[in-house]
Amino acid sequence: MVEHLQADGEEPCVTLDAFLDQSNATAVRLESDEDARALIPFLDRLKLIEVAFPKFRDGRGYSSARILREAGYTGELRAQGDVLVDQIGYLKRCGFDSFAPEKSLNPADVEAALSRWPEHYQGAADGAVPIWKLRHG
Amino acid sequence: MYKYDEYDQQMVDARVAEFADQVKRRLAGEITEDQFKPLRLMNGLYLQLHAYMLRVAVPYGTLDSRQMRMLAHIARKYDRDYGHFTTRQNIQYNWIKLEDAPAILADLASVEMHAIQTSGNCIRNISSDQWAGAAADELTDPRPWAELLRQWSSFHPEFSYLPRKFKIAVIAADEDRAAMRLHDIGIQIVEKDGAHGAAFYVGGGMGRTPMIAPLIKDFVPLDDLLSYTEACLRVYNRYGRRDNIYKARIKILIHELGADEYRRQVEEEFAHVKSLGIDPPKAEFDRIAAQFAMPPLDASASDEIDRTDPDFAVWVDQNVAAHKVPGHAIVNISLKPIGGIPGDASSAQIDLMADLAEKYSHDELRVTHAQNIVLPHVRKADLYAIWQALDGAGLATPNLDLISDIIACPGLDYCSLANARSIPVAQKIAQRFADPARQRDLGELKLKISGCINACGHHHAGHIGILGVDRKGTENYQLLLGGSGAEDVSLGTITGPGFDEDGIVDAIERVTDKYLAERTDGERFVDTYRRVGMAPFKEAIYG
Repeated sequence: MVEHLQADGEEPCVTLDAFLDQSNATAVRLESDEDARALIPFLDRLKLIEVAFPKFRDGRGYSSARILREAGYTGELRAQGDVLVDQIGYLKRCGFDSFAPEKSLNPADVEAALSRWPEHYQGAADGAVPIWKLRHG
Repeated sequence: MYKYDEYDQQMVDARVAEFADQVKRRLAGEITEDQFKPLRLMNGLYLQLHAYMLRVAVPYGTLDSRQMRMLAHIARKYDRDYGHFTTRQNIQYNWIKLEDAPAILADLASVEMHAIQTSGNCIRNISSDQWAGAAADELTDPRPWAELLRQWSSFHPEFSYLPRKFKIAVIAADEDRAAMRLHDIGIQIVEKDGAHGAAFYVGGGMGRTPMIAPLIKDFVPLDDLLSYTEACLRVYNRYGRRDNIYKARIKILIHELGADEYRRQVEEEFAHVKSLGIDPPKAEFDRIAAQFAMPPLDASASDEIDRTDPDFAVWVDQNVAAHKVPGHAIVNISLKPIGGIPGDASSAQIDLMADLAEKYSHDELRVTHAQNIVLPHVRKADLYAIWQALDGAGLATPNLDLISDIIACPGLDYCSLANARSIPVAQKIAQRFADPARQRDLGELKLKISGCINACGHHHAGHIGILGVDRKGTENYQLLLGGSGAEDVSLGTITGPGFDEDGIVDAIERVTDKYLAERTDGERFVDTYRRVGMAPFKEAIYG
């Protein structure tokens, strides 16, 4: 789990409206108030979906991520914006696999945050086996 | 009661380590107060007027004597020798130092307790009926469902940054002792065609826009309980308002969408969520339910109570309730001595209640939303000894559900949000109506005081409610009549212009005098109010 660095030649994300208009793009950016389900018909040709976190308190992106993963999206799912170390664990559980924080994170803190919880009570989008299932084998 | 296994213990231990790290980074200046705030809030730590306040979760209000003694220990060691039991069945400490908070959480974890999600915009402590597992009128014990919800909601990755806080209550009796329909989700376990299911009421709440939760689904099969709850939350997380903190609770979303449209969206989401396999198997429910089994009570125990001591007899009549097993009773310990601070208990009192629970109540205690304590499983033959011990500690006030059994928020004495003090008003009212015979004559009368419109003191749900406001720099108290948080749920109506601190006490006396003049046989205050309406009371108050 590493912080995202802009790769050379990476296709820039288009807005949801632009994507729905032209729809040959393979990277799209979803604002926090936009409906992730609008992308469901196009998931197989998307390589990158960037979900905006304008403020860390705005938790809509967590639901967007789960909806996309639950619909079978397997491409890169990136959390961009006010992404802080203390949210990384939850973001990952909801299906994000890359992060573009506005303010860079201390890698040691990220590592500590991600290894803090050995198990989880509930199933989510990260494939972790919930505690109730561990209890009953 | 529920005992942690290795997984539960590991979760709270990890949380203690995480929070210790967060506090360390905050104290070192590595994170700003703005960034630290949501983290400390999710650990129950508020910054109040004078100090940090720590709110400790008491899941569904149930605890054992070892846990109760730990609450006393924390009061003694880290606070000013007392704690304050809250309307959400929790306890809070008002004089906490930030640097002590990690050690307190570690102490709590050593007795299977925590402060997880007792504040912040997340799913809060699950509350329930304080008589669960003991009440003569319940369908089943609701607490196994509450525990299932506790685990599901703890560190929920999708629902930890909701638009606003989220409160869930679970009951299983028609008599609502948990103000279920004034929660974001109120669940009642009900029976249909011989099977148990969950009735979902969603979108209730108090605050500045009080609303009674509408019925969203009359019967959710219990195998779908978590999926259905998850669907309710997902719709809220996506569409609840985030532009205005005062319109961010789910009640506003449901009010704006309408219950039918909200229900349609939840059903659509549920059809999808159910396919995700998030509901545990029955074996997990059975594992939890087995731990809430009724303790071994002797059903042949004597049903007789020796009422020779008249003070004891008064207490029995007022504070003791029917248990489902013959020869047993539910003891309600009032934390509302006349002139005291509603819900406060000293460490010595907390220890004493723990001792009584260990000796007489199968090691179990409950916290009530009315800020009292319950010994749920007591032999009737032991009632006198219990009463004597309580009386010696100032805990035998026989006023359950009477006018001096006041719910009050901490108010301007502690709270940074408050506009007015609540505690002195509660004290003055209790003193005015101190005569026990007078209180009993007035009968059931639920009086609730909030020191600001956030309504932590449940003023909307009081038979008599008081709302403290700031009027041009002075404390002013509005009077409301006719609310209820019980199964006859209703919201109170403001009588008219407000009063100063002494004026509000006089106004309440005029209201109760009017009630005594108007009531017919067997009518409670709220019944009379509903029958005759506001006008006669208004005339009595304002002339």
